[in-house]
Amino acid sequence: MSKRVLLGLLLACGLTASALAQEPKMGGTINAVIQPEPPGLMLAMVQNGPVQMVSGNIFEGLLRYSPKLEPVPELAESWSVSEDAKTYTFKLRKGVTWHDGKPFTAADVLFSVEMLKQTHARARNNLAQVDKVEAPDDYTVVFTLKQPFGPFLGIFEVGSMPMVPKHLYDGTDWKTNPYNNAPVGTGPFMFKEWQKGSFIRLVKNPNYYEKGKPYLDEIYWQIIPDAAARSVAYETGKVDVLPGGSVENFDVPRLSKLKDTCVTGAGWEFFSPLAWLWLNNRQGPLADKRVRQAIMYAIDRDFAKDVIWNGLGKVATGPSASTIKYYTDDVPKYPYDPAKAKALLKEAGYKGEKIRILPLAYGETWQRWGEAVKQNLMDVGMNIETIATDVAGGNQKIGDWDYDIAFTYLYQYGDPALGVGRNYVSSAIAKGQVFNNVEGYSNPEIDKLFADGAVATPDSKRKEIYEKAQKILVEDVPVAWMLELQFPTIMRCKVKNLITTGIGVNDGFKDAWLDK
Amino acid sequence: MLSFVAQRVVKGVIVLLAIVVLNFFLIRLAPGDPAVVMAGEAGASDQVFVQQLREKFGLDKPLPEQLFIYVKGIATLDLGFSFRQQAPVSKLILERLPATLLLTLTAFAISLALGVLFGTFAARFAGTFLDTAITIFALIFYAMPIFWVALMGILLFSVAVDWLPSFGYETVGANLTGLAHLIDVAKHLIMPAMTLGLFFMATYTRMTRASMLEVKRLDFVKTARAKGLPDAVIQRRHVLRNALLPVVTLAGVHAGTLIGGAVITETVFAWPGIGRLMYDALLQRDYNLLLGVFVTCSVMVLIFNLITDLVYRLVDPRIEFAA
Repeated sequence: MSKRVLLGLLLACGLTASALAQEPKMGGTINAVIQPEPPGLMLAMVQNGPVQMVSGNIFEGLLRYSPKLEPVPELAESWSVSEDAKTYTFKLRKGVTWHDGKPFTAADVLFSVEMLKQTHARARNNLAQVDKVEAPDDYTVVFTLKQPFGPFLGIFEVGSMPMVPKHLYDGTDWKTNPYNNAPVGTGPFMFKEWQKGSFIRLVKNPNYYEKGKPYLDEIYWQIIPDAAARSVAYETGKVDVLPGGSVENFDVPRLSKLKDTCVTGAGWEFFSPLAWLWLNNRQGPLADKRVRQAIMYAIDRDFAKDVIWNGLGKVATGPSASTIKYYTDDVPKYPYDPAKAKALLKEAGYKGEKIRILPLAYGETWQRWGEAVKQNLMDVGMNIETIATDVAGGNQKIGDWDYDIAFTYLYQYGDPALGVGRNYVSSAIAKGQVFNNVEGYSNPEIDKLFADGAVATPDSKRKEIYEKAQKILVEDVPVAWMLELQFPTIMRCKVKNLITTGIGVNDGFKDAWLDK
Repeated sequence: MLSFVAQRVVKGVIVLLAIVVLNFFLIRLAPGDPAVVMAGEAGASDQVFVQQLREKFGLDKPLPEQLFIYVKGIATLDLGFSFRQQAPVSKLILERLPATLLLTLTAFAISLALGVLFGTFAARFAGTFLDTAITIFALIFYAMPIFWVALMGILLFSVAVDWLPSFGYETVGANLTGLAHLIDVAKHLIMPAMTLGLFFMATYTRMTRASMLEVKRLDFVKTARAKGLPDAVIQRRHVLRNALLPVVTLAGVHAGTLIGGAVITETVFAWPGIGRLMYDALLQRDYNLLLGVFVTCSVMVLIFNLITDLVYRLVDPRIEFAA
């Protein structure tokens, strides 16, 4: 399918006003694909993509975020920030009950914060600036920070800070709590059944606090491990929703053309997955900035976007995705220019030393991308060797810094202080771990900018700091930024309002309905 | 016979212990750390978190100590805890056992029945067109990769003509009971069982054919013919029965591996069996779960080897139980 047709489909079927204008209909079942099978559903205990996709219906956070990443009420109905930006007061919604009928109150929020600090690494980092949390009454929670923390209002979505029922977890061994396997939340859907290896079934919460919602009766999350089989399941009408990343990219155009099929790339604004190549700055030719810049010039990223990703996504300009805060494209540019790449390699004295590249073992699309990049780099005279591993083996090599170039993509969580800095500041260099500064880039100026940016006020000051950081990083090329990924969600057009926030299918189906 | 069985059981336990120790170290030799995998998926991988996970998994203890704890557990039939799935390993394996047995036993029965049948025909009509046709048919399914046959089956029977479901064990959400449920499961079973069964069928066909041709030349068959026995009786009672020994040996080996499921078939058809459980455990370096599956499979192989030895005795009275 041509890009134009795909774009047309996106426009026609995305989050269009026409869907919102219709009166939602009650009832019906949605069959969606979940891949891979989640290891558990207790979001406070296990946090990976599939867990949140299913549990985002069961649990809730204090806030949600719009596609523009503005906070939207969820369990908190309003909030205020003090003059000195150190005190955040949340007013909780009244009349909210857990699925077992007990009321949700400020005590649950206090307990959740304490529990998450121990079980949820990202929440612990996000809460590092919190001095104390208090509950003056049952429906008010006050966070007092040690110092102002710019992204603070951005850490309350369900995946980052799910609310946990205190009455079921307090005083128990969290790891073996029976409710881990039958989670109890406040969300629009309740856990009903999980047949391991087959499906997870959620049913409507009849006592949901937003009257009339959810519209659907139940959701079946079907577990189908093979990508081709997932495509067939959609084709044969056995599933209605293929969340982003469920099928191989080369199947997207074919499936998009099927009758009554709608496609949208929306719903990834909060995560803003950004793909790049980790470049080991420590050793060999890649220690030279000119070689790293040559890599940027040598790779045809438009080709990758158009051919490998079927025109979806956007060529990245630097460390921040264009959808997150304080992004700027006023940075040095690296268009596809093999001649320039060759010149830079020559200038750096590159003599054909072998460079190992680790593709990402996430299926065909990534494998093909690995081949394309290898070809690009060989075209400018680099000696590239591909190292094949599975995901766990690849992570180990990267964590041990035993690589030259490695593919990855990471979420950005809406704010540079939450999802960008961790890859570039020198305090995030820790051998044995991945998804931090594994490239070994160390620049005191960048360290300071990210440290200042997190606590600076007002917003304009943060903007200034992060824009400066982006310019420096793009000049230094600690890693080679590739694409802002877009994972298209494919669904039957009768499924309406599936994606309404910047968190997308990971944010629960409370607004979704079926136009039967 | 009893002392024969007792001796085999003692040997089996020693073999099992060796398997456990070997697998324990083999798994850990593979690069990849379960704590790092989990931390990565959690979108956060700081030192404290990874260390916490290692402690939770018991991975911070020295290897010999980990091994000791594991072997001690097995001695009391405790296969350990999968921290990844937050459940006891034995529970996870037992959950998947029925589906796996249903698939692999059906496939096993199909392959053995068709294999012996086709092999007998091929031997009976050796050198004719029927023999060649059977050989080609069997070899085609043996030579084609299982995943390809599976996908072609799906394209033909699910997408093109829509006769059979393409994935799963039953129709999700249909809540069928009784006969309707049985028929539903059977429909889901046909494609995976045939895919797997046709693959193994070739081996049985070839082996039955070769073995029968060999037995046919022996003197006692000539004697039987000289006695004037009808051909069908000679084929069935004299040739086939004696020719089945190598087939039984092979079937015994196959039967032992059935419990491990069929990773590819289960993956393509989303069949909720042990093969997939093992594959996921491998990718996630879920050591306890992986070891648990290995141990279960090893025990089954040992048990089936014993059964094979006993069946020999029934098939061929000449074999005695030597203690």
